[in-house]
Amino acid sequence: MSNIKKLTSKRLFLPVFCMLLVMMVNILFDLFSGNFPFSFFTISVRNGVLFGRLIDVLNRGSEIAILAIGMTLVVSSSAGTDISVGSVMSLSAAFCCMLLAGYGVSSANELAVPLIVGVLAGILMGCFCGAINGALVAYLNVQPMVATLILYSAARAVGLLLCNNLIVYVRDDSFKFFGGFCGFIPTPIVIAAICIVVVSLVLKKTALGLYVQSVGINKKASRIAGLNSARIIFLCYVVSGLCAGIAGIVAASRISSADSNNIGLSYELDAILSVALGGNSLGGGKFSLAGSVIGAYTIQAITTTLFAIGVSTDQAPVYKAIIVIIIVAIQATPLKDYFRQRSAKKATLKGGAVR
Amino acid sequence: MGRRILLCGLTLFFLCAAGCSAGKKAGDSGNSDREQSELEASENLIVVGVSQIGAESDWRNACTKSIKTSLTRENGFYLIFDDAQQKQENQIKAVRNFILQEVDYIVLCPIVETGWDAVLQEARDAGIPVVVADRQVDVDEDLYTCWVGADFRKEGETAGGWLAEELERQGREDEEIRLVTLQGTVGASAQIGRTEGFARVLKEHENWKMLEMASGDFTQAKGEEVMGEFLKKYDDIDVVICENDNMAFGAVDAIKAAGKTCGPSGEIMVLSFDAVSAAFEAMIDGDINAAFECNPLLGPKIREILDILSSGGTVDKIQYMEETYFDTSMDLENILKTRMY
Repeated sequence: MSNIKKLTSKRLFLPVFCMLLVMMVNILFDLFSGNFPFSFFTISVRNGVLFGRLIDVLNRGSEIAILAIGMTLVVSSSAGTDISVGSVMSLSAAFCCMLLAGYGVSSANELAVPLIVGVLAGILMGCFCGAINGALVAYLNVQPMVATLILYSAARAVGLLLCNNLIVYVRDDSFKFFGGFCGFIPTPIVIAAICIVVVSLVLKKTALGLYVQSVGINKKASRIAGLNSARIIFLCYVVSGLCAGIAGIVAASRISSADSNNIGLSYELDAILSVALGGNSLGGGKFSLAGSVIGAYTIQAITTTLFAIGVSTDQAPVYKAIIVIIIVAIQATPLKDYFRQRSAKKATLKGGAVR
Repeated sequence: MGRRILLCGLTLFFLCAAGCSAGKKAGDSGNSDREQSELEASENLIVVGVSQIGAESDWRNACTKSIKTSLTRENGFYLIFDDAQQKQENQIKAVRNFILQEVDYIVLCPIVETGWDAVLQEARDAGIPVVVADRQVDVDEDLYTCWVGADFRKEGETAGGWLAEELERQGREDEEIRLVTLQGTVGASAQIGRTEGFARVLKEHENWKMLEMASGDFTQAKGEEVMGEFLKKYDDIDVVICENDNMAFGAVDAIKAAGKTCGPSGEIMVLSFDAVSAAFEAMIDGDINAAFECNPLLGPKIREILDILSSGGTVDKIQYMEETYFDTSMDLENILKTRMY
């Protein structure tokens, strides 16, 4: 009993529980439709690479997971959201592909500049966008939503401009690596894992995580206590831009082209949602990076599940919305309090000790 | 204090810059208005206002280029071109401007089908004939002169016919053929037409079995995701119909990732619509079997219509573009050199 209580009182219990709940749906569905009940979880090796729905979830959820890292920091430090990440993804992808293919070329079979230059430039472009957002929010005190709205609408257009209004194809196998396979594992999974590990190590091993939380809880008090609040907020936005840049490269590499109109379309909403699903308050302050990452994969698990069940793609958002409402409701504080009170009442009625 | 002055200075600078560019713009349009009326008087050109959706794809760019090269001054036209940047309100504004400028004809490439009643009524009241191009408009038929564009239904039928012939050639006409379809954005006229057209041929063949149709939103990433799911659900897919080229590229990626082969010498046949140059490259690489053209070169046809109208003739209400298809049995490399998009 006490073990269960210990488990349920863990902060990450609910996000993990929700993800498992989503996956359970698959088991039930397969059971009723007469398939092998665990077909969702089977991972096989085909063509020398991992193959299976679970791998799909991890693979396709990578971009949102990477975005969620940056978004968590932004939400925590500034109590606002960075709604520009989807557009910045598209801009980074466009900039990278434009460099790799050469300006005005719509289809390149050879790289115009070394791969590493293009990729780094794309990621730097992401950082630059993050720096613009950060400067507006941290130093000019513009509201985060308003500040990032600028790049939300502008970045995609700048991307189109860079690509000369074309969809730039980079048909070079080395560029395909970032969205392809690294050994037998899909590279996006590896990239997402590296991002998660690096950021969480930095947050854990240095005091930065603590600083971010303290700035998020009370900016003024933190400044008086000797933290450079503005710089920390600025840094969080730069990290968010960096993440968007990396996600953009992955997305572009996946389709080996820079499709400015479609890359990262409405990903910002999924990133914000994954922060919320991870049990983080959008009001800033305390945060859990792991929660956000789990949230991101939960969103992808929902999408993949809906595909697997055969919900038509145009109706999928309705089901997605219903599931999200349920998940958010499960994690809502009033509901939690209600259950806690009820169980406490039961315990006192029984005459046993509360604890 | 110094900082404040700097801030004010910066603000002033930006204001000036904005003012300058705005002033320049106003001057420009004034100039062009005057220029235009002068030209009209001196050369007796037909003034045509064209409202284009934007420049979202290679296809659209080819369409724009074709219109611009057809309605030239040498051909007797004065073209006022407006790029609406994917916004209907910009298009409505553009059409109103054309009416104010008293153009002779308006060509409208509508971004959506609905919401045109009021502005087309205004054009009618002003006595300006409107030619609708590419996508259709959902208004009373008297409100526009004619529509010119692709016959998506026929494209779907052509694809079905091609598949039947190809299967016969391979000697598989009595075999059970398992198909899947990656549909476009649900509700788009290309999606509706191509699905319906193909369905007509599908009905005639009892051995063709459509396993599932799902939307890939006309994008490569979504197409790959949906196709990946199909491949997990169904073991032996014979044919995948992709309602545009981008989804076909995604489908090819998904098929390869699942360890299967596609194209003329592979297990899965890939049929694609639109036939942009990237699709030609994919056919040359042996990934796609056939691509069914959706002709963006609307310019010559529009010119023909405007010429007839200005000489007092009447035109058919609905005019389809001529369209063909390409498959891997053709000399694709040479065809590709002559393609504009």
